[in-house]
Amino acid sequence: MTIPNETTTAQRFATGFVRSVVPVLLALIVAGLIMLAMGSSPLDFFAGVWKYGITGTNWQRSLSLMAPLVIVAVGLIVAFRGQLWNLGYNGQYLLGAVVASGLGPILYGVMPAFLATIVVFIVAVLVGAVWSLIPAILKARYGTNEIITSLVMSFIAVGVVNLLIKGVFKDPGTSTPQTAVISDDDLLPYIPGTEIHIGFIIAIVLAVVAQYVLSRTSFGLRVDIFGASPKAARHVGLNSTWMVILLFALSSGLIALAGSVDILGQFAYQRADWDPRYGDAVMPLVFLARFRPVAAIPFVAFYAVLATGGTLAAQQAGLNVDFLLVIVGLILLFMTVTEYIGERRRLGQSYLPPGLRRTVLQPFRKATERTSA
Amino acid sequence: MSDMLTAAFVTVFIATVISQAMPLMLAAVGETIGEQAGVLNLGIEGVMLIGAYTGFVVTLTTGDFWIGMLAGAVGGIVANLAMLVLNVWLGLNQIVIGLAVTLIGEGITSVLYLQNYTTSPTSLGAQPKLAIPGLGDIPVIGPSLFQQSGIFWVCIILILGLAFGLARTNWGLSTRSAGQKPSSLDAAGGNVMRTRSIAVLLSGALVGLGGAYLALLTTATFSPMLTNGLGFIAIVITMLSRGRILVVMITSLVYGLAVAIGPALQVIGFTVPADIIKMLPFIIVIVMLIVFARSSVVPPALGTPYTRGAR
Repeated sequence: MTIPNETTTAQRFATGFVRSVVPVLLALIVAGLIMLAMGSSPLDFFAGVWKYGITGTNWQRSLSLMAPLVIVAVGLIVAFRGQLWNLGYNGQYLLGAVVASGLGPILYGVMPAFLATIVVFIVAVLVGAVWSLIPAILKARYGTNEIITSLVMSFIAVGVVNLLIKGVFKDPGTSTPQTAVISDDDLLPYIPGTEIHIGFIIAIVLAVVAQYVLSRTSFGLRVDIFGASPKAARHVGLNSTWMVILLFALSSGLIALAGSVDILGQFAYQRADWDPRYGDAVMPLVFLARFRPVAAIPFVAFYAVLATGGTLAAQQAGLNVDFLLVIVGLILLFMTVTEYIGERRRLGQSYLPPGLRRTVLQPFRKATERTSA
Repeated sequence: MSDMLTAAFVTVFIATVISQAMPLMLAAVGETIGEQAGVLNLGIEGVMLIGAYTGFVVTLTTGDFWIGMLAGAVGGIVANLAMLVLNVWLGLNQIVIGLAVTLIGEGITSVLYLQNYTTSPTSLGAQPKLAIPGLGDIPVIGPSLFQQSGIFWVCIILILGLAFGLARTNWGLSTRSAGQKPSSLDAAGGNVMRTRSIAVLLSGALVGLGGAYLALLTTATFSPMLTNGLGFIAIVITMLSRGRILVVMITSLVYGLAVAIGPALQVIGFTVPADIIKMLPFIIVIVMLIVFARSSVVPPALGTPYTRGAR
């Protein structure tokens, strides 16, 4: 008899690969069926994604989009590893963005571009970290559900950012509520020979560093212990209050950094009511990557192509861009189901949990069998 | 300024408070029933939108608000089926499923609406008012409170009935025990999974009704992301109310007050930026969370799938 727990690294990798890729495929198939039901052609859509996301120089646009997405992914992973569900990412991202688009034009006027960029990044991280304090402290002190508090703070952040863009950071030169445009010379430089800004390199480096810290240092081990069981963590002498605050601050700060990188690398200014909601898309991807920063990179690359190509492709297929949300939601659903079936298979158990068998099948059994159940 | 506080002004103010509070109240009562049975539904933002959209479409095609509300409830039940099968039956991660339902609800309603209704005008118009004889003639509170649509009264009676049911009936006792200590419900001969299944479907119906109320009566139209975080506010209110439906009703009215104050200030002459008006309910919610942080208690078995014999 084989012992199911002893598996080689290659087998584990294969299982992880299957469990990560199957949900994506299933989600794309079901999304295609929904498109058919709505009278759009899924083939046109996916051909469009390929055309506008990869061919020509479009792959460079996809890689540029990856920069903020990968940093958001790292930020989410830091919190999720500790079982802290920081879902205030939209607000944190916009706060970081508004630091860049609001402070940027002022700073670039008074100091060298290199220095100003560094200052913007630091301020963005700090603003993001401070914004996460209320959810973190409520969670650490009273165990208040951080999902709710971080979400509510996110809605407040969206309002604050809009007030700032319409108020102090508004460009007096235009009538539309938006910040002043940062000149091309001050933006993040391109990687030589391409039109991909160096934010992409920053993002990849951050992912690799995070991977190392989380999997190869004592801090990473502490995060994992805390995530597995806060009680056990307290038992081995970890200060769980500080752990919650630190992880939340790191997570939120990184997501804010992603916002400022996006502005300084790509957009150069920010309009009021602009909310790309990158976090919504990235969140399922970090689950698929099993909270490993480097493993998240290929998934983010896949989504970046889908989003870059999908925006135009959706318009051509007569759909709204919000259809991407449906695809993301489907990936999440199929991920949980694939995980469930895989786990049941590994344990050699029935695919139906015992309680469900009783509830669903009992009325169909004969009375004699029922007594033994 | 005092001459602005006329009877007409107060009447409109009270009516606004009620029309803003009702969708939240229905959704929060739905979430309360689910949570009391031990199922945390983070997807109610999506469920509300699906209820709102189905209610909107059905009302537009049939012209009947009652059938529209019913369709909203059915839409909510269908949307909650994902929660029922994946979370209650299979015991999968409630956070992931809840967010999936929210994203799919937001995405699909937005896509369908923009595909079908952007070209034609889509206001549903006002609902016929049902004046209560006698009470409806009282100045100020008469026209604002006692001349509501019949749907309002049915919803209020439904909520009060559920408040009674949850606190005083056998059904309520089993539902609460499924969230407090499922093993004791099992030992007493109850069926945890069936109790939770019924609670989740009922919860879906109420959240869907909340969404439909928002679309049909509060705004009289649908737009993408219509709820704008209302589902999450409902979850907060549920957490703070600790399963007492009367408290849910009161906190929902406080929320309605917060929303109605902005436009009212504008009538009086203060100009408040729209962004602050949009933020105000969330600020009040976070302040409530900070002040009452200690008392936000959830059922012990919330979100844990029940397996007989498992520790």
